[in-house]
Amino acid sequence: MDDMLFFDRLQFAFTITFHYIFPQLTMGLSLIIVYYKWRFLKTNVEKYNNAAKFFMKIFAINFTMGVVTGIPMEFQFGTNWAKFSELTGGIIGQTLAMEGLFSFFLESSFLVLFIFGEKLMGQKLHFLTGFLVFLGSWASGFLILATNAWMQHPVGYEILENGKYVLENFSALFKNPWLFPAFLHNQMASLVTSSFVVASIGAFYILRNKHVESGKLFLKTGVIFGFISSLLVAFPTGDWNSKNVVKYQPASFAAMEGIFHTEKGGAEIVLIGQPNMVGKKLDNKIAVPNVLSFLTYQNWDTEIAGMDQFKEEELPNNVPMLYYSYHIMVGLGTIFIGVMTLSLFFLYRKKLFNIKALLWFIMFLVPFPYIANLLGWYVAELGRQPYLVYGLLRTSAGVSPTVSSGNTLFTLLGFMGLYFLLGLLFLILVGKTINQGPRPTKI
Amino acid sequence: MEIYWYSIIAVVLGIFFVLDGYDFGVGIIHLFFAKKEKDKVVIAKSAGLFWDFNEVWLVAGGGILFMAFPTLYASAFSGFYLPLIIVLWLIIFRAISLEFRNKFDYQMWKDIWDKAFGISSLLLALFFGIALGNVVRGVNLGGVSNGISAYEAHYFFLPLWDSSFSPLSEHPGIIDWFTIIIGLISVVTLAIHGANWIILKTNSSVNDKLKTVVFKLTIVLAILTVFSLAIWQVVNPNSLNNFIDKPYLIIFPVIYFTGVIGLFFVKRFKKDIYSMLFSTLVILGGITSSLASLFPVILPSTNKVNNSLTIYNTSASQYGLSVALFWGIIGIIFLIVYVIVQYRFMKGKIDKMDYGH
Repeated sequence: MDDMLFFDRLQFAFTITFHYIFPQLTMGLSLIIVYYKWRFLKTNVEKYNNAAKFFMKIFAINFTMGVVTGIPMEFQFGTNWAKFSELTGGIIGQTLAMEGLFSFFLESSFLVLFIFGEKLMGQKLHFLTGFLVFLGSWASGFLILATNAWMQHPVGYEILENGKYVLENFSALFKNPWLFPAFLHNQMASLVTSSFVVASIGAFYILRNKHVESGKLFLKTGVIFGFISSLLVAFPTGDWNSKNVVKYQPASFAAMEGIFHTEKGGAEIVLIGQPNMVGKKLDNKIAVPNVLSFLTYQNWDTEIAGMDQFKEEELPNNVPMLYYSYHIMVGLGTIFIGVMTLSLFFLYRKKLFNIKALLWFIMFLVPFPYIANLLGWYVAELGRQPYLVYGLLRTSAGVSPTVSSGNTLFTLLGFMGLYFLLGLLFLILVGKTINQGPRPTKI
Repeated sequence: MEIYWYSIIAVVLGIFFVLDGYDFGVGIIHLFFAKKEKDKVVIAKSAGLFWDFNEVWLVAGGGILFMAFPTLYASAFSGFYLPLIIVLWLIIFRAISLEFRNKFDYQMWKDIWDKAFGISSLLLALFFGIALGNVVRGVNLGGVSNGISAYEAHYFFLPLWDSSFSPLSEHPGIIDWFTIIIGLISVVTLAIHGANWIILKTNSSVNDKLKTVVFKLTIVLAILTVFSLAIWQVVNPNSLNNFIDKPYLIIFPVIYFTGVIGLFFVKRFKKDIYSMLFSTLVILGGITSSLASLFPVILPSTNKVNNSLTIYNTSASQYGLSVALFWGIIGIIFLIVYVIVQYRFMKGKIDKMDYGH
């Protein structure tokens, strides 16, 4: 049974990690495309329109990948987590079905219109289709986050005698205090990824001395959007989220911050250190006293519960992984703010395009916002353990009762092989599109 | 309330099989009849321009099933674990073969993706038919062996096949001689449907030949149908009861046979759209007849110990179902309007249209 749970979790983790490479770009990128299209409407300068259409090509490749890797996510609720689906389907089925019905179709239909219909529709309608693609992708994110928020902090439900959770209040799903901060944090993080992608393609063009005009535009846009979004990820949205964790999932908070023992007179913030689960302490720790209490409660002396305050079975079952995910995410986020602030400064001084070292650095930084986004989700999901629905349904109670571990391992290996191929094709295709660069409209 | 949602799911699934059905069929025809490069491109394009918004209906159907009948969703998806995951792989494979074929101008590259597109379409059509066969045959709910359930009464697990390949064995597998026949019916039907779509939407050089193909396949379909109806009685002896109790349900088989008969006249139609309409009737009639023969059961039990799964013992709460009706109906109307707009936007022959993305 342990093998079973492990393979089910691994398959879900693997497929969702691979899937989320794509939506995290498309959500943010759609906003940047809308911005370019809007600038074109205002100024009638052709380069903005070219930029919008170029990034819609990148968007379309990512969207296709998102669709084909997204369908398995929907199916896996039933195939691998049948017990969970049976018990909670009446609730999370609502938001998931809405996602499938509304946002997915908004996005896919208007994407086709955007790509094919510019000449047919005229510029204002073309802008509108771009805007609806953006709306669809953000609605999709919102409904997925609403589903996840219910699992993190269940509201508006009733438990029947047979153990099923049934919906008692539909609107409560959307008034969930977990939802709003998590959604905004997620969207801003997605915008960070997109800004870095836009900026790094720009940096690549400038360094390669090809499509330089577009390169400068991309870099400028990427830096401005990147600066704003990386600040907003940390404050206030990141801050709101950690306050939610401390309020609703205090055991997870202790684990992700690496607090093994409750300290009297205020908790320190850990910058570096390796969790030692045997000795119940952090090895090689570097920490600043009292700062965590201040950040959490705006009071230097407030006590924060450590892991020693919770029973073993209430603590997340992989503390080191959770701790590292959280700390690497925060560390990367800090680096992003630094790089973007510096770049903005040089952009303002009109020197950015000539500082080769910084351009190289921006270009090579592009995988890291992806990593930070994925780690953010790892924090949410590992932090929720050992529960599927926090406080109510344990992860071990959610797996399919009749699927054997051998079958799951078989499909996991299949997914790994197929996604490896998919990843290769994706890289080749995106590489080709970037290499071609934005082209003026053919009329 | 359950009946509303059952009907909505039937409509969504019906639309899915009509729409995505033709692009599976296009793949099958592509595999066997597209020889010249020009035909290969245009035939693949007649699926490639549309597949993604056809598959929106699969996503919508899956989501609605999850919301309205969570117990059925959980039971069927875990019980049909392997075939479902294999279907997912095939869908992914098919999607990438359509999207990537024309990205590079190497003959080998194109050949690989052409074959991948054809074979994955063929297997998908086969698997969807086999799935329908499994539903009407029923499954061993509760994993009963010697009168004792091995697990909860509404769960089951089917291996891909059982060494006897018989639908009548105590533990039938996914693939047996009955489900294979239903699978073949599905392949033939969708091949006809796909051929009709190619004739309607393209100017390929094989269009005339395809009309003959449709005609011949319709003969095969008629024979397979009669044959399957005979063994249907052996596999599921109760399958006619509903039609006897509620004679108005006969409308569904009538739709099916109208479609089959209509297809025999494929060469005489003045407009290509007519043969497309008749193959649509075959698909809709086939699905609805199968569902009607089971109603209100959705997944019959093959043992006497555990009850079949019905729309009443697998549904979500009444409150949930009624709240969802508000947004569900709005959503479906949106979706239908969107399909109409989309297809009007891409009306006419597609040979001259730009290849997407």
